[in-house]
Amino acid sequence: MFSEILTFLGENIQMIYIIILSVFVGVEVIGKVPAVLHTPLMSGANAIHGVVIVGAIIVMLNTPAENILALALGFVAVVFGTLNVVGGFAVTDRMLEMFKKKK
Amino acid sequence: MEIKYILDIIYLVASVTFVIGLKMLSHPDSARKGNLYAAFGMALAIVGTIFLYNHADGYTTREPIKIILILAAIGVGTIAGWLTASKVQMTKMPELVSLFNGMGGACAAIIGLMEYEHNLGKTGALATIIAGLIIGSVSFSGSVIAFLKLNETMKKPIRIPSYNILNTVVMIALILFGAYIVYAQPEHLLLVVLLFVFALVYGVLFVIPIGGADMPVVISLLNSFTGLAAAFGGFLYQNQVMLTGGILVGSAGTILTLAMCKAMNRPLSNVIFGAFGGGAAASSGAEVNGSIKDISISDTAILMNYAKKVVIVPGYGLAVAQAQHVIHELELLLEERGVEVVYAIHPVAGRMPGHMNVLLAESNVSYDKLVEMEDINPQFATTDVVLVVGANDVVNPAAKTDPSSPIFGMPILDVENATNIIVNKRSMNAGYAGIDNLLFYQPKTSMLFGDAKGVLAKLVSELKQM
Repeated sequence: MFSEILTFLGENIQMIYIIILSVFVGVEVIGKVPAVLHTPLMSGANAIHGVVIVGAIIVMLNTPAENILALALGFVAVVFGTLNVVGGFAVTDRMLEMFKKKK
Repeated sequence: MEIKYILDIIYLVASVTFVIGLKMLSHPDSARKGNLYAAFGMALAIVGTIFLYNHADGYTTREPIKIILILAAIGVGTIAGWLTASKVQMTKMPELVSLFNGMGGACAAIIGLMEYEHNLGKTGALATIIAGLIIGSVSFSGSVIAFLKLNETMKKPIRIPSYNILNTVVMIALILFGAYIVYAQPEHLLLVVLLFVFALVYGVLFVIPIGGADMPVVISLLNSFTGLAAAFGGFLYQNQVMLTGGILVGSAGTILTLAMCKAMNRPLSNVIFGAFGGGAAASSGAEVNGSIKDISISDTAILMNYAKKVVIVPGYGLAVAQAQHVIHELELLLEERGVEVVYAIHPVAGRMPGHMNVLLAESNVSYDKLVEMEDINPQFATTDVVLVVGANDVVNPAAKTDPSSPIFGMPILDVENATNIIVNKRSMNAGYAGIDNLLFYQPKTSMLFGDAKGVLAKLVSELKQM
């Protein structure tokens, strides 16, 4: 068991580096955000995790074309992922459009 | 082989745009550009994946039918997402964010369902899949409940008897169930589907008892959940862009959640495990004494016309009534007559932090008129008229004086220090937290009943005649 965990960590050490460094980047990057921007920031972050769509596309690409059920499921996943990405960025843009400076 | 490197570089560029995008999103001047940068990176990553991705063991095939399906799915999602996002009213934005967040969670959950079979025998990969499946499902059903609560389809917080214990038990059972599947690795998918359903149920149970006023915090929390779910997917595929994107949102979302909790002066545990009990609301209702005083529109107009300084406190009611334009008109009219007008923005006014800023910006109210709570509170003592429009809990003195109140400890706008307080509300119904507001019974307070838009329009025309 112990050696299994060790192997798992060792094999994925690069990923683990990315995770740890990304955690710090995420914390630092939005360290001092004014309350005005809380909603757009949440919305923008929401769009970014839509990157999960990449996983849905990969699943579909790796599924044999005969497996209709899997393709259908994958189709739904890609639609959901796209909604998250496109809807997320579009809503954020609409919110931010209203912050245009006017003199 | 070089193709793989091209995709790797695309992922690198996309990851960098996410970081830069998030950074720029936290400054008002650069926010919009930041959002566009991140969107560009995302588009790059998606297109790159469709045409360049190849599984290390050669599972990947590109039959035309699959490419067509993928492009069709993206087309459907793009049109639907774009239309909803561009048609929705400003007041509905928070719940839309919640809904889109749920979509991401569902996407992650489906990936987990589909990848399970392919990874039997690999304990590490299975643990990743099951974790992503559970978190994605909880995020999906939780977000849908949050959506229903925010659009008021589901109005009252639903009280399940001793839900804290129930939820903890269900959560532990869910984790044990997941661990069991990773350990036993049943070949049949049935147990995994069962786990999926179970996680959906938990998501519902998790959000249902949480009171409406806390919904922004919940959405932010579910947002970071979905980030985590995406990151688990990235770990599974050794896919850097999913990993960085997911983890970034996971950690940034957590910080944002804590910042929101801080604005409400309540620990996160308090939000999740609930202080918005039905019992407390009943008890604070009993203390109400004194009477409500009405004020007419013309009296309000006179009061404001001869004031030196007017502070407007906007709340969700203003948003619902779509009164942001007419309130701006009122502001301009008063300024013309030499009255100083500013808006007092409570950090959680509306349904989300920053909601009021977004809304008032829509009607061209200038930035420097929006004053945040810490800066405006000392000014109330020198304010002649406070006009509260559709706000309730954020001006409830019970937050300071009544330890039994569910909002006790939340910082509020000290409007009671002003000379006159005029409260515009549609009715005497309680605010979103479902509790009574003693401010309305104070001698200095007058109530101006009616729909915010109609009342303000009449106020404007009354002022014009003066």
